[in-house]
Formats: sequence, structure tokens, C-alpha cells
Amino acid sequence: MAFESLSEKLQNAFKKLRGKGKITEADIKQGMREIKLALLEADVNFKVVKEFVSKVSLRAVGAEVLESLTPGQQIIKIVNEELTALMGSEESKIKISSKPPTVIMMAGLQGAGKTTTAAKLGGLLKKQGKRPLLVAGDVYRPAAQLQLEVVGGKLGLAVYKEENNKNPVEISKNAIAHAKGNGNDIVIIDTAGRLHIDNELMAELQSIKQNAGVFETLLVVDAMTGQDAVNVAKSFDDQLGIDGVILTKLDGDTRGGAAISVHHVTQKPIKFIGTGEKLDDISAFHPERMVSRILGMGDMLSLIEKAEEAFDLKQAKKLEEKLRKQQFDLNDFLQQLEQMDKMGSIENLMGMIPGINSKALQGAQIDERKMLRIGAIIKSMTNKERENPSVINSSRKRRIAKGSGTQVQDVNSLLKQFEQMKVLFKQFGGNKKGGRGKMRFPFA
Amino acid sequence: MGFFNKLKSGLSKTRQQFSARTADVIKIFSKIDEALFEELEEVLIMSDVGFETSSEIIERLRQKVREDKIRDSGPLKEALFEIMVDIMGADEEYMINAPAVILVTGVNGVGKTTSIGKLAHYYKAQGKKVILAAADTFRAAAAEQLEIWAKRAGVDIIMQKEGSDPASVVFDAVSAAKSRNADILICDTAGRLHNKSNLMNELAKMNKIIDRELPQAQKEVLLVLDATTGQNAVSQAKSFSDAVGVTGIVLTKLDGTAKGGIVIAIKKEQNIPVRFIGVGEGADDLQPFSAAEFVKALFDDDLEN
Repeated sequence: MAFESLSEKLQNAFKKLRGKGKITEADIKQGMREIKLALLEADVNFKVVKEFVSKVSLRAVGAEVLESLTPGQQIIKIVNEELTALMGSEESKIKISSKPPTVIMMAGLQGAGKTTTAAKLGGLLKKQGKRPLLVAGDVYRPAAQLQLEVVGGKLGLAVYKEENNKNPVEISKNAIAHAKGNGNDIVIIDTAGRLHIDNELMAELQSIKQNAGVFETLLVVDAMTGQDAVNVAKSFDDQLGIDGVILTKLDGDTRGGAAISVHHVTQKPIKFIGTGEKLDDISAFHPERMVSRILGMGDMLSLIEKAEEAFDLKQAKKLEEKLRKQQFDLNDFLQQLEQMDKMGSIENLMGMIPGINSKALQGAQIDERKMLRIGAIIKSMTNKERENPSVINSSRKRRIAKGSGTQVQDVNSLLKQFEQMKVLFKQFGGNKKGGRGKMRFPFA
Repeated sequence: MGFFNKLKSGLSKTRQQFSARTADVIKIFSKIDEALFEELEEVLIMSDVGFETSSEIIERLRQKVREDKIRDSGPLKEALFEIMVDIMGADEEYMINAPAVILVTGVNGVGKTTSIGKLAHYYKAQGKKVILAAADTFRAAAAEQLEIWAKRAGVDIIMQKEGSDPASVVFDAVSAAKSRNADILICDTAGRLHNKSNLMNELAKMNKIIDRELPQAQKEVLLVLDATTGQNAVSQAKSFSDAVGVTGIVLTKLDGTAKGGIVIAIKKEQNIPVRFIGVGEGADDLQPFSAAEFVKALFDDDLEN
């Protein structure tokens, strides 16, 4: 996830400060140089970095730090506060119009991820009980309308398109009428990617905004954007008046300094982040969590939230019941695996845990493959075998191994693990003093 | 229109901004001093050249100023220009000899499919028989998008349905290229973030199929980079090189205000040359890259006249 290396760098810069009883002005200067370097390498805009560093220095060089007992902590606190201020201080949601439908327009450069994000956003709002309509307003890129239709279809969303109409303003207007007639309370208009200096196409967006009664204009920004992020964001905001930003492709290894730059020049909130290629890989943006991440505290809150979301309470109750009665079988095992999968890749999850860096993630990928293999083995078993693994003799094992493309020893080791787990559960189940919470993810 | 005019018109905004600022800096500082170096370094950093590379360039400039006893801003500009051209390397002619396979890779949204459409147009115009392989089977409607480009360029396309194995599309396309006696096979691939090892392995598999099935062909692996990308491009170049051995870069979206300076850092650190630049959405908005002209266009306003 983003900012990993930035947080490492800042921590290193402060480690040097921490080692000293008292710090001198020269120490701060060195620390500030490290911060400046780290922020620049993270693609935070140069001017923003300069401003930031001088602000922090000003506060740090003062008595505030020099007189304190733990200077390092003081500086971390200052950096934390200033970074939070730079990142925007509030979590934000989509504003809903009192007069439905709420019309949302996606805008941005080519390749930022507008079409995918439009669908993801629609899926998210649908989950919240809304009835979104997607509008295929990108009439320029070949097959863009088809793309929206396909991804929208995968999420069970209605998609409005006019194949032979090359006028996105008209299409948008017609789409609003369509939404009203069909009870859609949200309309999300996808638009073609365009350069912020393309006057003609920028005017087109203004026209859509006016004619379709756009309530929320969201700028989609690629998290890997470099120094130019400020120009792009400022230009779109000046010409359209954006209401918020969606930052995409944060599942890469980019440090995502564009987040800071974009917020700084527009003062508009980053509302959502795109975190993967699956259509539900979209989450709310939490500035304070992002800053915690930068400063090395990890993103535990996001992790917990994700776990809660993927976790089905009813299933959990059933599982607990089974565990207590010691009826836990391989079907339940498989279900647990699938639930883990719903939480996203292990890689993604590990990235949120503090203190785990990218190097440590390499091992985790092997585990993911292992989990896939376990899934395949169980799926190659008959129902009877899953319910009662003791019937699995060597001929059945050979069949299962063949069916799952594994070796008999893989089947053996899975069965052995499963038995060990059952013993473990027995102990847990017998423990009346809670501990039940811990059973939630026995395979994590 | 000659090469330079086209490049210049494509880069005009980039160039104007960059050189205007460089000129400003040099005008303000008639004397060469520490502040001037700092300002020049800032211009480089703002062009996404990166902190490290920018520092190195300025350090070399300082040295040159000392050695050559440069006192005026005019020669200073020349010196800066020379240093950057030196890093980017001398121009070499980029030749594709039939039979050839071009595997086109990159992260999501950089413009791979569009660039391939333009490449098809470019080579078709040279009288080459081109076949496209729609091996982006992941993104919805990616194959259809490429198909439209294939029709525009008047070239054949090999495609399967969405979700099919991209390696099998490549295999089919290679067979078609052989049987139809194609000069150049260009393979589109799905955008993938370079830190996802399973997707990088999938790419390596496609690469292997090409090597196995067409060992005698000239093989090029092009990495498409978005000029708006910042320092992450270095990591992209590294990872894609490790996976499939990148032989060249296509730098897209240079018609915006982004400067694409990161290719200088990539050339310096990984010695990967830029082969083409994308300067617009039209079929012929793809230009062969010339390192010397690229740097020249960044620095000089009135070189052409």
C-alpha cells in the first residue's frame, strides 16, 4: 500500500533524533532534509514540500522542541499535525441531494480509472441501499461504453447508453429523464478522459454539469501521478469546481504523495480510494489513518473495518455452534477460506499491518497460493468426505489429489492440519472464559 | 512536417513551460551563484526528473562551471543541455526487421491499447504486414477497443472472448503470424501493477511462448509509461524489466503539461531507451523518439528558426 517507504524514511530520520538527549538546530536541519527528500521521492509537489518543511522547521526549532524531554516525539507530533492538515482533516462521503436523483459526474485525465471507478462507486452505493444508474458518457474512447456496460452488468447495475449519439451532454440529459422514470436515486456519469488544457473538452464537461444538474463532481486521480498533479487538480477545479477526489491504483507500490498535492491545491476532500482490480476494491479515504501510516503506526483501523465487513455474523454464529458441538467439518473449513478471500488478498491485508514492510510480503504470497491449493483439494472431495474426513482412504486420497492437481502428500498434510485444528478448537470450545472472539479467524 | 516540427508541436506546452521557467531563472540570476543552481535543480525536480538525478545533474553542472570557468548564463544553459543529452545517450536508429514481435506492457491506464493502435498505423504506413494480438482478456471491452483500432489501421487482429487465457491468445496470434507471413506481431496485454507477482508471472509466460514459438524473430518488449507518472515509474521499469526484459519505452500523454522527466532517471539508472512518444489521440500522434531532440525541445525556444 501507499506511503510505506515514506513512513520508513521519516522513521529513520527521527531515529537519529531519538538517539540524542538534546538536539541542536543542526540536527533538525538534517531531519528536515530527510523529510524533504522522502516527500519529494513520494511525489509530493516541490512547492508543497518546501512550504511544509519550513512550517515544521519553524515550529521545531523553537523552544517547543529544544526544551522538551523527548525531542523526537515532539517533532513527530508536529509532523503528524502538519501532515494531517495537508491531507485534509475529515473523512468524507458522497453528498446526497434532497431532490433525487443525485447526479455524480466523474472527470479526469485519460487512464486515471474513471470507468472502473464509476462502476465501483455504483456498486458501493448499491450496497448502501441506493439505486444507481450508470451513464456511458465517454463517446470518444473506442469501446468505452461497452466497458461500462460490462462492468456495470457484473455489479448488477443499470447502465444507460446511446450508441449512436456522439453528444455526451444530450446523453446525460436523457439519462436523467430515464433515471426519473425508473426510480434511480443516483446517476453516475462516466466521461471521456481529457487533458486539463483542452479547452473544448473542458467546456463540454461544464455543459454536462449545467445541463444534467450535476450535484457532485468527482475528480479521479491516479495515485502514481508526479509533480504535475497540482496543475491537473487545480485546472479541473478552477474550470469545473470539483467537490471531491477519488485516488486510484493505491494497491501499487507508489507512495502516493499526489494525495497531499491534490488536496493542498484544491482544498477538496479525497473521498474514496481505489485499492485493486476487483469491483469492490473501493474504500473511504481516512486522512488521519493515512498520516498514521506515514508515521509508522500502520492502518489497523482499516484492517479491522475490512474484517468486519467481510465477516458474516450469522455464519459466525453457526460456526461457533458447530465448534461447540464439535461438528466442524471440511465444508466449514472451505467457507472460512472463502471468507478470508473476500477480505482481499493477503498482500493487501498485510500492507495495513504496522511494521510489516514490502520485503516481508514476499512470503505471504506463497501462503496465498497454498490457500488456493487447500481450496482445490477440499473442492475435489465428495460431500460425504468433507463431512466425515475419516472415510478418506488411500484410494480416495489418490482421487482427490488427481482432481485437485496436487500430490497425495498435500492431501495428507491438509487432513493432518485439519485434525490438529479440531483439537485446538476443542480446547477453545472448552474455555468458557471468552476467547470466542479469537476463533473468528482460525486460519489467519 | 519533419520529425522535429512534429515533436516540437507535440511537446510545445511542455517545452514552453520548461524553457520559460529555465529562461526566467537564468534571467533573474545574471550572476552564477548557489541560488541559481538551487533554482535550476528545482526546475528539474518539478519536471519529475527526481531528486537524486536532479542533484547529480546539478553537481555535474557545478563541476563544469568550475572547470570551464563559465561566468554567463548563456554558456551555462549550453552546459546543462550537454549534460542531459549525455545522460540520455546518443540517438540510434530504431529498426524493426521482419519477422518481429512487439510485446507491449505497462501498468493500468497508461495508454497501451491506444499506443498499439498507433503503432499498427505507423508500421502499416511503412508497408509492413501487421497483426495485433488482443491479449488483454481481463479489462472489459479491451479487445473490442483494440479491434476498432485494428479496423482503423486496416490490420488483422487475433482475439478470444473476455476472461480467456492471455497466453493462449498470444499462442494463437503467433500461429496466425506464421501462417499469414506477417512482418510484425504486436501483442496488447492487460494493465497490471508491477508489484503483483502473479500478474507479472502471467506476463512472463506470454513472453516465454513468444520466445519458444518464434525464436528467429526480432523481439521487442515495450513498456508504456504515462508522462504524468512520478517517481513510481522507476519502480515500474525495474519490475517489468525483471519480469520480461524491457527493451524500450513508449512515453505517452506528452501533449499535457506533464514533462515526463522521469525517463531521464530511468535511462541513467537502468539504461532503457525511449523509443516512441505519444502526443495526442490521433492515429499518427505517435512519434519516434530522439533523445537529443527531446532535451533540445525542453530547453530551447528558438532552435528551429
